[in-house]
Amino acid sequence: MKYTEEHEWLKVEGDAVIVGVTTYAAEQLGDVVYVELPEVDTEVSKDDEIVVIESVKVASDIKAPLDGTILEVNSELGETPGLVNDDPLGGGWFFKMKLKDMSDLDGLMDETAYNALIS
Amino acid sequence: MPYIPTDYMPYDFANRRHIGPSPSEIEEMLATLGVSSLDELIDQTVPESIRQKEPLDFGQPYSEKRLLWNMRRVARKNKVFTSMIGQGFYGTVTPPAIQRNILENPAWYTAYTPYQPEISQGRLEALLNFQTMICDLTGLDIANASLLDEASAAAEAMTMAQRVAKSKLKKFFIDEQCHPQNIAVMQTRAAPLEIEIVVGPVDTLDPSTVFGAILQYPGTNGKLHDFTAEIDALHSENAIGILIADPMALTILKEPGKMGADIAVGSTQRFGVPMGCGGPHAAYIACRDAYKRSLPGRIVGVSVDARGKKAYRLSLQTREQHIRREKATSNVCTAQALLAVIAGFYGVFHGADGLKAIAQRIHLKAARIARALKAAGFAIEHEAFFDTVCVEVGAFQGVIIDSARARRINLRAVGKTKIGISLDETTRLEMLDTLLEAFGIMDGSDEAEPEYCLPENLVRTSTYLTHSVFRMNRAETEMMRYMRRLADRDLALDRAMIPLGSCTMKLNSAAEMMPITWREFAHIHPFAPSDQLEGYKELVDDLSDKLCEITGYDAVSMQPNSGAQGEYAGLLTIRAYHDSRGDSDRDICLIPVSAHGTNPASAQMVGMKVVVVKSAENGDIDLKDFREKAVQAGERLAACMITYPSTHGVFEETVHEVCKITHEFGGQVYLDGANLNAMVGLAKPGEIGSDVSHLNLHKTFCIPHGGGGPGMGPIGVKKHLAPFLPGDPNVEDGAVANAPFGSASILPISWAYCLMMGGEGLTQATRIAILNANYIAKRLEGAYDILFTGSKGRIAHECILDTRAFADSVHVTVEDIAKRLIDSGFHAPTMSWPVAGTLMIEPTESETKAELDRFVEAMLSIRKEIALIESGEFDEKNNPLKNAPHTTADLIADWNRPYSREIACFPPGAFKVDKYWPPVGRIDNAFGDRNLVCTCPPLEEYAEAAE
Repeated sequence: MKYTEEHEWLKVEGDAVIVGVTTYAAEQLGDVVYVELPEVDTEVSKDDEIVVIESVKVASDIKAPLDGTILEVNSELGETPGLVNDDPLGGGWFFKMKLKDMSDLDGLMDETAYNALIS
Repeated sequence: MPYIPTDYMPYDFANRRHIGPSPSEIEEMLATLGVSSLDELIDQTVPESIRQKEPLDFGQPYSEKRLLWNMRRVARKNKVFTSMIGQGFYGTVTPPAIQRNILENPAWYTAYTPYQPEISQGRLEALLNFQTMICDLTGLDIANASLLDEASAAAEAMTMAQRVAKSKLKKFFIDEQCHPQNIAVMQTRAAPLEIEIVVGPVDTLDPSTVFGAILQYPGTNGKLHDFTAEIDALHSENAIGILIADPMALTILKEPGKMGADIAVGSTQRFGVPMGCGGPHAAYIACRDAYKRSLPGRIVGVSVDARGKKAYRLSLQTREQHIRREKATSNVCTAQALLAVIAGFYGVFHGADGLKAIAQRIHLKAARIARALKAAGFAIEHEAFFDTVCVEVGAFQGVIIDSARARRINLRAVGKTKIGISLDETTRLEMLDTLLEAFGIMDGSDEAEPEYCLPENLVRTSTYLTHSVFRMNRAETEMMRYMRRLADRDLALDRAMIPLGSCTMKLNSAAEMMPITWREFAHIHPFAPSDQLEGYKELVDDLSDKLCEITGYDAVSMQPNSGAQGEYAGLLTIRAYHDSRGDSDRDICLIPVSAHGTNPASAQMVGMKVVVVKSAENGDIDLKDFREKAVQAGERLAACMITYPSTHGVFEETVHEVCKITHEFGGQVYLDGANLNAMVGLAKPGEIGSDVSHLNLHKTFCIPHGGGGPGMGPIGVKKHLAPFLPGDPNVEDGAVANAPFGSASILPISWAYCLMMGGEGLTQATRIAILNANYIAKRLEGAYDILFTGSKGRIAHECILDTRAFADSVHVTVEDIAKRLIDSGFHAPTMSWPVAGTLMIEPTESETKAELDRFVEAMLSIRKEIALIESGEFDEKNNPLKNAPHTTADLIADWNRPYSREIACFPPGAFKVDKYWPPVGRIDNAFGDRNLVCTCPPLEEYAEAAE
């Protein structure tokens, strides 16, 4: 698992990565009520705002963690956005993307570094 | 025994009516604060460097009696002619039951925006009725709780279309049959956003070149056209189709949804809200379900409370400016709640059959006129029409219009050779004869019932207003009791102080309110000839002079219909000023992080880039950061937007420096007037160094909040900006609203306030506002931390209580405190703004010491309850704060809570006999946003809720 400063996690699955937000971020957001996901096949660059996530009190933009292409999005979030709160690291994932360069992952934080960031 | 006269002076409105604390109470409060006089307190609060030198002087203040006499004198200078001008403003009959029970009822007009839904269920239901009515009439899925006026709603629809079309195209098509003021306001909005406007006849629309198109239905000259084909063509190019539709026409004409429209907007003025020389009226906006998250403004939705019972609340608030700031869907943060409530009740009052009958009668009157004109040989421009007949008169245009005017009828000149005649609910058949005489037709009356002039393909076939609320027994007893029941669910100023920081919920006195329903103010068309508006002119001129005197500015525009629209208008003025000097590259706007969310949202709307300035440790603007950002912006610096006193409730001593730096780099200073109530008579924005401000007449100058609108945000400017103020929407460029003086019909309220207070009274109100706030801060000292204070330990007219520590220690949130205040019969202070997790309290000058003390008792009791949680005596999850507010349903259910019913329902502050009982328990916000329902729920659920 890798982490960004924007509180996203990335999990490698074959030659793709799955992206979601961390438990810490989900707690900060409060009850998530809506998630707007990018279209499949969209090419994205690092820091593009590609997901809108709304809770009762906050609206945030989630940025693309790295350059790549969106392969799949979690359509279950449409019906049950609360998954982001209930299971942020599992069922609450946002999208799968193919990275332009897998080695970009090396620039991200590991768990220890991320825990240090939020402590 | 000698006769001793009393000193009772009925004409002393300021001290006896408007200002809450009595002289002896003022003495006691000063003693509590440890100062010997009010002047000493003011000297400790307002920095010497910003104080105005000369006192405000408006001569002898008026008594209420003299004020009303004077208002009648001025009202009589307006001439109430029969208006057949149309163009978006029509005569209407306000049902007396609605006028008396809502428009003239403080339970409705003194309420605040329903941000605390548990104490706002009545008006939330009324607004939900409005939304349901709009969805039904337009045939669209979701409607909001109203926008400011039709023209600005059209502009909102245009920018919404750009968001949802996701098109790269920059062109937007406007049907030339749109009302001129709608076109003008859309053009103003489009320019800074680089939207390219194409105005033309609908058959010139090329769907492949635009991201959207807006079409008026019926057209401004009365034209009826089925837009289905045009909207189809737009959709095939992924463009958005918008209709501006008259809701009265929609009761008999095919609805926008059926034509495939994506968005519909319009004005509900003719649903019982008088023309009022331009406003206020509720505009509506509705759209297809797919676009609901891009809808601007407030949306009422249905959720459940802690017991799972149906309850209303504002939905999808994250779209709005207070959260999204420069990314918000719009800067709109006001609705026209009171007017939407009236329009919604007009629908309830008449029901579908009633509305349809009204529309048919209007149409038949138009048909009668068309038949008579044709019989006399005149050519009618459009064979099919609803209420507006456009007739070709060649060179006789002027003669006929004059001749009608001599008969006290106003007609509309269309082009050089045509005349527009719009009929409405108030047109009597005799008037039609008089009108025909103006055309030289002396025997025009024809008893035969005219034929309908509606094209068959445009006749409405679907039903509407089928919900039970629109089918209730309409006996006035029922209507009156329904309005009363709803009013009783809400907590407004007529029951208790509403200590909302930054909202200035002061008295809206009866004498100030009375003139607004007089026919000479109410029944005036905004585009009537100027010699019929002499009364309005005197009022606007004198009020403008007084506002200039108060603020130190040189000119005022009354046009903006809300504070946010004022910000937008002010920034446009700044932009136009820079452009006039060839400084078109100036596009950076510096905004402190503590600014109200509308500031960045407004800056974005005029194409400025927002650069955020940090706060220093003490809450003031970080001067070092401000200077650095100004240096970085350099020749691109357009403006800074500051609030004074600051949103933290402090008179910052560095304000001169901020203005100086901005001017040094060629920028203009926008001073947000939201907190003007702490300045009137003591300091003037124009003298401090500001160039432009909006003035919230609905805060400082007594226009009631109406439960979430109307508002008014006129702007004052220094001389160099005066040429760039908004133009008349009917004839000039740069308009921001429907009518030249915005919501003119509520200006008498602010004028009356100034006249009855006088210069000294206004200044005393400011002093007492500061006294009341400092008194509350002093009494709560020790129990709560006050977040920011000035250099001498004083606050301005509001204070921020820091309650964040309780969230960390015992999980008591600011929301818990707010809801617990409901049990004591109070509306909560402003929550989580400008600092998350805090409460901002603004008592205003209108509250008495007794009411302040009642509030303090409630707050101190809450602090004790928190202490009991801290000590473990109360459970962290099951305590009076977490379970608040407590309802009668809680009370009669099995009581198994670890505290008594008495503690639950009668905490200090609560009245024993007149206890306010919230109709619902704590509302589940997440449920409402996840299961969005924004129309009246089906009957079964009402029955369930009534159980």
